[in-house]
Amino acid sequence: MKRFSLLMLALLLCASTVFAQIQIDWWHAMTGKNAAALEELTKRFNDSQTAYKVVPVYKGSYSDTMNAGIAAFRAKQAPHIIQVYEVGTATMMNAGGAVYPAYKLMKDAGEKFDPKAYIPTITGYYSTSKGEMLSLPFNSSTAVMYYNKDAFRKAGLDPEKPPVTWPEFFETAKKLKASGMEGGFSTNWISWIQLENFSAWHNQSFGTKNNGFDGLDTKLVFNTPLTLKHLQTIYDLSKDKTFIYGGRENKANPLFTSGTVGMHFESIGGYGNFKNTCKFDFGVARLPYYSDVKDAPQNTIIGGASLWVFNGKPKEDYKGVAKFFTFLSQPESQAYWHQTTGYLPITVAAYELTKKQGFYDTNPGPEVAIKQLLNKAPTGNSRGIRFGNFNIIREIEDQTWEDILAGKISVKDGLDKMVNDGNAELRKFERLYKK
Amino acid sequence: MAKQYEFRIKGLPYLLVLPQMVIVFIFFFWPSAQAIWQSFFLQDPFGGQYIFVGLENYRVLFTDESSAYAQSFWVSVVFAVSVTVLAMSLSLFLAVQANKKIRAASFYKTMMIWPYAVATLIAGVLWLFMFNPNVGVVAWFLKHKLGYEWQYLLNTGQALTLLILAASWRQMSYNFVFFLAGLQSVPADFIEAAAIDGAGPARRFWKIIFPILSPTSFYLLVMNLVYGFFETFPIVHQVTAGGPGKSTAILVYKVWRDGVVNLDLGSSSAQSVILMLMVIGLTVVQFRFIERRVNY
Repeated sequence: MKRFSLLMLALLLCASTVFAQIQIDWWHAMTGKNAAALEELTKRFNDSQTAYKVVPVYKGSYSDTMNAGIAAFRAKQAPHIIQVYEVGTATMMNAGGAVYPAYKLMKDAGEKFDPKAYIPTITGYYSTSKGEMLSLPFNSSTAVMYYNKDAFRKAGLDPEKPPVTWPEFFETAKKLKASGMEGGFSTNWISWIQLENFSAWHNQSFGTKNNGFDGLDTKLVFNTPLTLKHLQTIYDLSKDKTFIYGGRENKANPLFTSGTVGMHFESIGGYGNFKNTCKFDFGVARLPYYSDVKDAPQNTIIGGASLWVFNGKPKEDYKGVAKFFTFLSQPESQAYWHQTTGYLPITVAAYELTKKQGFYDTNPGPEVAIKQLLNKAPTGNSRGIRFGNFNIIREIEDQTWEDILAGKISVKDGLDKMVNDGNAELRKFERLYKK
Repeated sequence: MAKQYEFRIKGLPYLLVLPQMVIVFIFFFWPSAQAIWQSFFLQDPFGGQYIFVGLENYRVLFTDESSAYAQSFWVSVVFAVSVTVLAMSLSLFLAVQANKKIRAASFYKTMMIWPYAVATLIAGVLWLFMFNPNVGVVAWFLKHKLGYEWQYLLNTGQALTLLILAASWRQMSYNFVFFLAGLQSVPADFIEAAAIDGAGPARRFWKIIFPILSPTSFYLLVMNLVYGFFETFPIVHQVTAGGPGKSTAILVYKVWRDGVVNLDLGSSSAQSVILMLMVIGLTVVQFRFIERRVNY
């Protein structure tokens, strides 16, 4: 009996030390090596201090995670931190009392926080137009062009000189096909890469009100002659298979890795994957542009996800969240994250550190992406996209693009349809949130 | 009338059905009531904004072209009916063959039942890996050996055919088991008597076996339609994600997509209510007819 009570006492002591630590729940959507890197970062933070313990929990895909967060919030069981993909930004922003903005969190907790330390194109995406950061960017990427250097050599092209402009690009694609490849090029994410990034890269408005940053009464305006020309060219090239369609989101990747096509557009987040699967020498280049457009190339925009903080927790907990955010923003944390996962660093210091460590000597790809983001100071057209019902708008674009390629609708009508149907979704969102 | 049992303690029967009623209430009545309630609102996902819109969510579904609900409905009908016809006719044919005196019959039977052990989602993945134009083995064979232009990512007919094949493949096992059991319960003396009277195999099948099988067939018809309409979501999700365009977004897929991914809870609720009415309708049909027909 005595031994038993001693045991109980020991257990109680253990429990009390655990209770003294504040637990911070973090729901995320990372898998594979990204999840491992995320857990390593958390472990480093937990080991660095004793007051807080961050507990990461995998909640499924991005939409599953967001849904879980929403349901939990409605049931008053929300985690402290939740990872939300970029298309969910406007929904989170307008969630009113549900969200504790990051800039305010850092100020209230008295954490040193300098928004200027961050890469503007990355933080801009998650900030108000006044520059107040609403969520902490976590995994960010941007679109780049991948090309098969071996295929270039075989077609008699210089593998160190990837095409720079779109007309050059299309010519190269034809040559690659003529050299015996099944196709010339393919692309992932038609909405994110060939419409959103395409517009930003040419400093062309995607939507009014600075792409939606300045109000819910924004309208899509990307059905310009420039976009039309671009999509029309791709459509025309799909006829003889110079362009091959490989599916939505990132489903077209196998076309590139199998050597079916010689050039491909994909997020820089896919760099590690390509390094593992491609049995050939490949390079990363900037997105091509139309040189007759005055401001091109401007800068590209990001995709990925950021960390949002839910309201309604004890004040003490938020101190821990703020400390964790500071930790995540440190150059060492960021450099580790960047180099293990391929996602972009969110601070300039982390970029410099990675450069100094010589990472880009063996991995030139990610630097291309960073330079592309930093190419020029972002304008209202290239800071990011801020739309409600954004997911539906992208879906409309994807669906209509398939209808265009299947010949069910002309390129021009299809482009107008994307804009009109997308605007209807924007109006629906505006109606819901208009005060 | 069935036999009745008198409980000595008055409250006991209620207490005994209580657990079941609690489960039905929590998992059926409560969510259904919520779906009906939510279908009258436009709301933000966090529940901060509620705007009462009456029947607007329903009206949009039935009148607004861009909601593509009518299209989704007809695709679902074509899909469910095709799956039912294909899965039932093939499994009946195979069950009849397996019921004959053949060598290794139990081996065939096992092989036939196997696909049912494969989860619908995995079935979708299997077919995806065979037929995906980028990575699929069969797709490669079709394209490079037969010169057939296989691109279901853009061709609606091909996409729908693939979905029907994948969904039928899995459902055939289920039908096969029932048909085989039904066939084995056909009295041998009926067949023998008919054979002595000079009826050929075809005549014996259509005049004797098929009518005896009809309750089984009717049951399977209802089950297959329900499967085609409501349980094939994972296959669509895996193989086409509703594409190309919106052409293979069947009703259940659309409910999920609009609610869970696109967070349009009002419309999604309205769609669930419509689906619920459809299921109730199907169930009523099943009970009325099966109850009547089962005592032939």
